[in-house]
Amino acid sequence: MYQAIVFLPLVGFLIAGLFGRIIGARASEVVTTAFLMAAALLSWIAFFQVGLGHHEALRVQVAQWMVAGDLKVDWAFRIDTLTVVMLVVVNTVSSLVHLYSIGYMHEDPHRPRFFAYLSLFTFAMLMLVTSDNLVQMFFGWEGVGLASYLLIGFWYQKPSAVAAAMKAFIVNRVGDFGFSLGIFLVFVLSGSVAFPEIFPKAEEIAKGTFHFIGYDWNAMTIACLLLFMGAMGKSAQFLLHTWLPDAMEGPTPVSALIHAATMVTAGVFMVARLSPLFEQSHVALSVVMIVGATTAFFAGTIGLVQNDIKRVIAYSTCSQLGYMFVALGAGAYGAGIFHLFTHAFFKALLFLGAGSVIHAMHHEQDIRHMGGLARKIPFTTVMFAIGTLALTGFPLTAGYYSKDAIIESSYAAHTFGNAYAFILLSITAGLTSFYSWRLFFVTFMGAPRWDTPHGHDLAVSHHVESEDDSHGSHAHAGDHGHGHHEPHESPLTMLIPLGVLGLGALFAGLVFEGYFFGHAYDEFWKNALHTGPENHILHAVHEIPAWAKYSPTVEMIIGFVVAYIFYIQKPYLPRQLAESQPLLYRFLLNKWYFDELYDVIFVRPAKWLGRFLWKKGDGAVIDGFGPDGVSARVVDVTQAVVRLQTGYVYHYAFAMLIGVAALVTWYMFGGAH
Amino acid sequence: MPGLTAAVPAFGLALPEIVLAAGALVLVLIGAIRGERSVGLITGLALALIILVGALVFVRTGKAVTFNGSFVQDDFARFMKIAALVGSGVALVMSIDFWRGERVDRFEYAILIVLSTLGMMMMISAGDLIALYLGLELMSLALYVVAAIHRDNVRATEAGLKYFVLGALSSGMLLYGASLIYGFTGSVSFGGIATALKDHNSTGVIFGLVFVMAGLCFKISAVPFHMWTPDVYEGAPTPVTAFFAAAPKMAAMALAVRVVITAFPGILTQWQQIIVFVSIASMGLGAFAAIGQRNIKRLMAYSSIGHMGFALVGLAAGTTEGVQGVAIYMAIYLVMTLGCFAVILAMKRKDVYVENIDDLAGLGRTAPATAFVFAMLMFSLAGIPPLAGFFAKWYVFAAAVHANLYTLAVIGVLTSVVSTFYYLRIVKVMYFDEPAEAFDPMTPVLKVVSGLSGAFILLFWLWPAPLVTAATAAAKSLF
Repeated sequence: MYQAIVFLPLVGFLIAGLFGRIIGARASEVVTTAFLMAAALLSWIAFFQVGLGHHEALRVQVAQWMVAGDLKVDWAFRIDTLTVVMLVVVNTVSSLVHLYSIGYMHEDPHRPRFFAYLSLFTFAMLMLVTSDNLVQMFFGWEGVGLASYLLIGFWYQKPSAVAAAMKAFIVNRVGDFGFSLGIFLVFVLSGSVAFPEIFPKAEEIAKGTFHFIGYDWNAMTIACLLLFMGAMGKSAQFLLHTWLPDAMEGPTPVSALIHAATMVTAGVFMVARLSPLFEQSHVALSVVMIVGATTAFFAGTIGLVQNDIKRVIAYSTCSQLGYMFVALGAGAYGAGIFHLFTHAFFKALLFLGAGSVIHAMHHEQDIRHMGGLARKIPFTTVMFAIGTLALTGFPLTAGYYSKDAIIESSYAAHTFGNAYAFILLSITAGLTSFYSWRLFFVTFMGAPRWDTPHGHDLAVSHHVESEDDSHGSHAHAGDHGHGHHEPHESPLTMLIPLGVLGLGALFAGLVFEGYFFGHAYDEFWKNALHTGPENHILHAVHEIPAWAKYSPTVEMIIGFVVAYIFYIQKPYLPRQLAESQPLLYRFLLNKWYFDELYDVIFVRPAKWLGRFLWKKGDGAVIDGFGPDGVSARVVDVTQAVVRLQTGYVYHYAFAMLIGVAALVTWYMFGGAH
Repeated sequence: MPGLTAAVPAFGLALPEIVLAAGALVLVLIGAIRGERSVGLITGLALALIILVGALVFVRTGKAVTFNGSFVQDDFARFMKIAALVGSGVALVMSIDFWRGERVDRFEYAILIVLSTLGMMMMISAGDLIALYLGLELMSLALYVVAAIHRDNVRATEAGLKYFVLGALSSGMLLYGASLIYGFTGSVSFGGIATALKDHNSTGVIFGLVFVMAGLCFKISAVPFHMWTPDVYEGAPTPVTAFFAAAPKMAAMALAVRVVITAFPGILTQWQQIIVFVSIASMGLGAFAAIGQRNIKRLMAYSSIGHMGFALVGLAAGTTEGVQGVAIYMAIYLVMTLGCFAVILAMKRKDVYVENIDDLAGLGRTAPATAFVFAMLMFSLAGIPPLAGFFAKWYVFAAAVHANLYTLAVIGVLTSVVSTFYYLRIVKVMYFDEPAEAFDPMTPVLKVVSGLSGAFILLFWLWPAPLVTAATAAAKSLF
């Protein structure tokens, strides 16, 4: 069964990828989607068996991968509760996104390729979450990176999409570098890369030290920090987050699947999977928490002012990932995974809802050119509202349970920096509420701003104004104008996934809270998540003061009210505020100037170095002294030699005599022994 | 009277040379009697004579000495003599059409070729310094005249004169060296010199050796005694150049090998230094100077200088393997150079011979077969596997490496890389440049020669055994 779950998407990828041209677009869609549906169904069965039932965790050996000295790597599945949770998340969202894409991409000529990539991604993600060792995890890790790169750059005719794809890949390399170093270090310390062999040694490793650049570091701390670096890259945490907003250049279903629900949570999953290691290092946990809290707050502030519907949600994703890491840092792994689980539903819902809006608006993504869409696309509006409620943590929705659990954990945790995390997360709850409702109000409420044709000139000027905000001028958008058409509700293939995800966004929290982070914690997780002996977070969260417990809800309400005033009651206020605080506004609009900063610190020096090595290093030195230089010297020598050939007999005779004289001299003074 | 019979040498051993000498005299008589009309007859007879002598050489195997040790007949001599005879014969055949086209009817040409070939055979079989000098001079005197035989042509006469003057100088050096050697060892026979050098050697002998080597190097046009080569190659009529490039080189190289191996085995390290120096200088100059050439005959001159350098690499090793390499190299070089000159002789446009590399432009389209053969010859000269030229280089370099002459081998390979440039440029001109006007059709003789040469270099790798076996036997007979 587990083999089927993992390899069905691979088969789908191979069929659609290799034979997509032959069997046609429709068949590719049907095959990949059907396989994913089957995998999703099996995943739920596995979830009930392993998670809710009493099946023991098991290991499924598929094949031996490589053996080199002490290094033994298998292709093997580790099936425990954490795995099946991820299987459910990945396959459910992926199958819904496959279905949704049939409607969303129906105009695209390259659908077989698209569906092949989607299935490839799913396969890689499944390899990642089921892996029994670090190397196989790295395989999946890189596989999803590759698929992400391919899908962000799916519309490769668009230069911005290609640039975004490269950016995603390169920024992820930075994290992956840390991750691979972490794997090496773990291997050095424990002599194995397989989880069943590493985890029992965790305590022993934690006592060891590792000598590096003149200091003795705690070995476990270093290993965990390196591994976390990988997680930061993949999960777009502070400093390595810049690729995620740009990744919105990809088709919207991709954003929903990869850049919201699944791949970006790989970092969270990885830390949770390695909880036996992270539990041994308080320093690492603190770093995880502080980075997470910073990301949550930072991304939330940027989300306040963005105008691209997908970018707002992208920053929201970034922010929510920060929440998850705070939970992990607090030792509340269950809460982190719980949020991952619920977030997958409502964030995928939001993205697919946004996709539905974009579809309705004929590939318009700027919310300033929307408004009043509620009457035109009511179903999408309702689903988007559900997603927003869940995201902001409205009571009884999915986000309410998981997010509150995290904020409470951060208060109750004993990790260094928990106060910082608690304060930032509470504030961010308000920010989240504000930008989410802002997005909702501006898009769906108020007066329509799309029936006044703004034409291309205006579109261009708004391009300039909002800098690199993508405008959705896709390859196949040529037959669409902008805003000239009536918005229309999306086809059924797109609405069904919205409905399913809407149900998840509403009830996933209510139903599963007890299992993930409540009374049934131990029966559910069955040691899949490791908590140290002094980690009592599960009980501590119930003993926190009432004000701390209700602060996120209060923040949520404040955010909603402010958004309502700003965008429904007094729509002139935001502009006034922006004009009165120009510096702050620009700072936020330009995303804290991170792209510019990185451009100056990394990109330009790297390009300069590249140009230097190219022009000076390769061109001047290697070519100059190598091929070009040698050939030039050959010509010089040739000219000199040819000049000797004067045509005069006495020169020739002289040369002969010189030759004899030279040989004789040679023998007189050295040669003849 | 046993004393008398003992005094009479075994003439039979020198039968090919005697036949050749007598034949040449007969040809002179015929020419003197019948005059200019006898050109065709004499050329035909000369050719027949060369073939007959070749057959006589071919059937005799084994080692023998006669004329008091002045004349040596062994497998090495047999191998090199056949090479020289092939060179002479083919050059003579290729010249027939040329002279007819140029309306030059001189029966002396064929006779001079026969006489110089006689000189070569005597050189190859020389067993002492006197025979060496006699053979060398007989060959050279004929060559001087041949070089200048186109006496109405200024450049040809200039080339002949230059060759004569410088040749005289080199002969003088050789004689001086021979006298030094005789003075210090008291013997003129190679065996006697070797015996005398077993117990002691002196700087005088080495001086003598230097001078003798200078004279021999002049004949094989090795640097720094090469200066005449480009001018003579360019100035002399093309069939003469083809002859110069082929036969005399065989004889001179054979003589050089025989002298250093049989007369000076005791001072191997000394003469090895001369050979290494000359070899490196020749390979280097051959590689670099040829790049600047526009005239194909001049280019072939530098190419031959370079190839003599490569052949000397084998000699520098001073081992059986090295001599075997030299023999193989010379044989393959002979085939390649004859093939090249067959193509060069076909470079005729409206009855006018052209000699510039640019004239070959687009030959790949105007005459694909010729262009293909010439391209293969160029690749072979450059030493690109699996053509014969590669194996030639491989044998000499292998010998050098086994004799621990790594530097020499490395330099050889490097210069061979440089020389590849100008060979490939010819290929490029033939195949990638805009076609020039087509050449006149090739004569059957040239077709046969270039075709055989091309077939040899292309297919050598399939069946190298006959040549290699013969060369091995030749090398063994010297030690």
